[in-house]
Amino acid sequence: MAGHHDEFQRLEGKIFTKSFFVLLILTLIGFYLIAVRYIKGIGAVSNMSDGYPWGIWITYDVATGTAIACGGYAMAILIYIRNRMHYHPMIRSAILTSMFGYGLAGFSVMVDLGRPWNAYNFFIPSKWQANSAMFEVALCVMAYSTVLIIEFLPAILITLENTRGVQLQKVLLWLSPRLVPEENRLQAGLERVRAAAAWLRPRLDKVLIFIIVLGITLPTMHQSSLGSLLLIASTKLNPLWHTGFLPLLFLINCVYIGYSIAILESIIASYNFRRPFETKELAGLAGLIPWLTAIWLTVVIGDLTWRGQIGAALRFDFYSGFFLLEFFLVAVGSCMLYSRKLRNSVRWLFVSAAMIVLGGALYRFNVYLIGFNPGRGWHYFPSLSEFLITAGIISFEILGYQVLVKIFPVLPRMTGHGKYSMPAGADV
Amino acid sequence: MKKQSRRDFLKLVGLASAGIVGAGTAAGAHEPLRVNDEEFGMLYDATKCVGCKACMAACKRVNGDYGSLSYEHAKFDKDDLWDTPQDLSGSTRTLIKLFKESERRWSYIKYSCMHCQKPSCVSVCPVSAMTKDKTTGIVDYNKNTCIGCRYCQVACAFTIPKFQWEKTIPQIVKCDLCKNTNLRQKGISACAETCPTGAITFGKRKDLLADARQRLQENPDKYIYHIYGEHEAGGTNHLYLAALPFNKLGLPELKAEAPAEFSEKIQHTIYKGFIAPVALYSTLCFIAVKNLKKQENGHTPHDSEHQKEDR
Repeated sequence: MAGHHDEFQRLEGKIFTKSFFVLLILTLIGFYLIAVRYIKGIGAVSNMSDGYPWGIWITYDVATGTAIACGGYAMAILIYIRNRMHYHPMIRSAILTSMFGYGLAGFSVMVDLGRPWNAYNFFIPSKWQANSAMFEVALCVMAYSTVLIIEFLPAILITLENTRGVQLQKVLLWLSPRLVPEENRLQAGLERVRAAAAWLRPRLDKVLIFIIVLGITLPTMHQSSLGSLLLIASTKLNPLWHTGFLPLLFLINCVYIGYSIAILESIIASYNFRRPFETKELAGLAGLIPWLTAIWLTVVIGDLTWRGQIGAALRFDFYSGFFLLEFFLVAVGSCMLYSRKLRNSVRWLFVSAAMIVLGGALYRFNVYLIGFNPGRGWHYFPSLSEFLITAGIISFEILGYQVLVKIFPVLPRMTGHGKYSMPAGADV
Repeated sequence: MKKQSRRDFLKLVGLASAGIVGAGTAAGAHEPLRVNDEEFGMLYDATKCVGCKACMAACKRVNGDYGSLSYEHAKFDKDDLWDTPQDLSGSTRTLIKLFKESERRWSYIKYSCMHCQKPSCVSVCPVSAMTKDKTTGIVDYNKNTCIGCRYCQVACAFTIPKFQWEKTIPQIVKCDLCKNTNLRQKGISACAETCPTGAITFGKRKDLLADARQRLQENPDKYIYHIYGEHEAGGTNHLYLAALPFNKLGLPELKAEAPAEFSEKIQHTIYKGFIAPVALYSTLCFIAVKNLKKQENGHTPHDSEHQKEDR
C-alpha cells in the first residue's frame, strides 16, 4: 500500500540460468501438445471421456491450482483486514504467484474448453445463467485476475519510473541494429513513460485499498463456488465428499493452503536465491494455520457423523484410503505447527506446510476426480500428453516468476544481514 | 500472537462463511418443483422391443446433418458397410442394448436423453446453451452458444450428453426429440415413428403415464411394477416399462428430488439478491480503511505490531 514501496527489492542475478532452460524446454513441449490439441481435438491428447469429462486440467490446473494461488488472498486478509502490517513485505511475491496461478488456470481453461471461441457469451447478459456455479466461478476468476494485475501494477510503475531503457535498447540491438531508436527520441519517449508512471502511481495508491478488498471478496466467492460446482453430482460423487458443506469446506481449505503455500514459497525462494530465512514472520504465519484446519476438520467430521458416513470413512477401501490420507496429512501437519518449537525451525515449518498443502490439494483431487464415479465401465487416468501439457503450463508459471522477480522489485528487502543486499530503488 | 487477534480472526472467518453455513443447514423457503404433464415425452416398453435398431438408424438418418453425426465402424467391418455404434457417443443420440442374464432372462433397453422435468444440464450450463422449452418440455442444446466446458456431462445423472472428443470443432450431442427435424415436419420423433412393434410411444407425459399404468394393470406379472421416470430425479419425460429391474438395465436408482434442486437451493441461499457479497465487500472495506487510518495516525506499522506482540 501507500508508502511501502521501499519494502521490496529486485533480485540481482542472471535471467538465463540452467533452470531457466530446463523450464523452457518443458514449456515448449507443453505448448507443442497444446497446438496438437487445437488441431486434432481434445481426444487426441487426453484420456478424458464422456464419463470423466473433467480430467487433471480442471482438477489440478483450475480447482487445485487456484487454491495454491491463494497465497495472495490469504496474505491480504492477514495484512489489511487483521492489520498485521509487518507481513507486508511478503505480499508482493504472494500476489505475483497468485497472478501466475490464476492466469494459468485461465489459460488451462481455454485449452480444456471444447468451443473456446464462444467464451464471449460470458459477457452477454441474455446468456447469463445465475443458477450455474460455473458462471459464478468464471466471472469471479476473470475479475480477480484483473484485480491481481492492478495490485501488482505498483511494482511495474515504480520500475518504469526509474527505468533508463538500457535493457530495452539491448534487446532491440540484439534483434536488429536498425530497430534501436535515436538517443533523443528514446529519451523523450522514456520521459513520457516515466511521467505517466509517476502520475499514475500516487493516484493508484489512493484507491488501491478498495481494489485489494475486492481481491479479498472475489476469492471468497469463487473458492466457495468451486466447491458448489460438484453439489449437483449427487449420484456421482462419493458420499464421503458429497455434502451441502462443500462450499464452506472449499473456502476454508483455500485459506489454509494459501498460508501454507506462502510459507513454502518464502522458504524455497530464500533457499534458491540464497537469501536469509524469514523465520520469525513464517512462524507467526504458521501459528494461524492450526486454527483454520481445526475448524475444517471439525466440519468434516461433524458432517460425516451427521450424514452417517463415519463407518464408510473407516472401511479402509479405495475411497476411505484416500479420505484418510487427505485427513491425516492435514491433521498431522497442523498438530506439528501447533508446537511453538517446531514452528520456529525452518525444516519443520517446511515439512508441516508441505503436508498441509498436499493434504488440502488431495482433498480437491478427491472431490473432482478420485471420489467421482460416473458408473460402471468408466475409467480415467491422465495420458502422458495430458500430464505434459499441465507440466508445461506449470513450468511456464515458475519461469515467469523467476524472470519477473529479477525485473521488478517483488521480494522483501533484506535488512542488512543479507548477502545480496542492494541500494534502494530498482533500476533497470 | 494474542488471544484477542485470534478472536478477531475467527470472527472474520465466521463472517465470511456465515451465509454458506446457513445454506448448508437451512432448507430455506424454496418453492417445490411442479411437474408439468403437458410436456412431450416418450414411453419405451422393453417387453415389446425386438432389438431391430430401426430407431437408431432412423435417428441418425434424420438428425445426421443437424448434429454433425458421423457413422461409426467396427474393427471387424473392413468394408465400412454398417454403422455400428457401441454406446451413446458424439455421433449417436439413441441406442438399443441387450442385457442378457440367462437364456430366458434378457431384455433390450433404449438409451437417450430423459428430458427431465428439472434438468441438471440446464441448471449448470453457464451460458444458457442448454435450454428447456416451456411448452414442449424439450431439453435442447445450442452449439452456437456452447463453450464446451462439459459441465452438463458432469451434472447429468444419466450421463447422457456426449462430447465429440475426436473433432477439431467439437460439440455436445444429445437427443432433442427431433425438435428441428422430424417433430417439426411430422409431429413425432423419428424413433417412435419408425418402431415396427410399438415399443416406443410418443405423446404428452400425462397420456404416456396413463398408458403405462394401464399396461401395468392389465399385465401385472409381465412387468416390474414401476414406471421408471415417473418420479426419478424429479420426474423425466422419457418413461420406461421393463420386465427386469431397471438398475440392471443401466438406469441408475435415483431419489425423487432433482439434483438441480439441491444445488440451486444452496447457491440461491448464498447469492440471494447479491446481498451477501455486497455486505462482505462493504464490511471488509470498512475494516481495511480503519486499519489503514490507525496505521497512518501513529507509529509505523512495524513498531505497533511488535508492541502488540510483546504485550
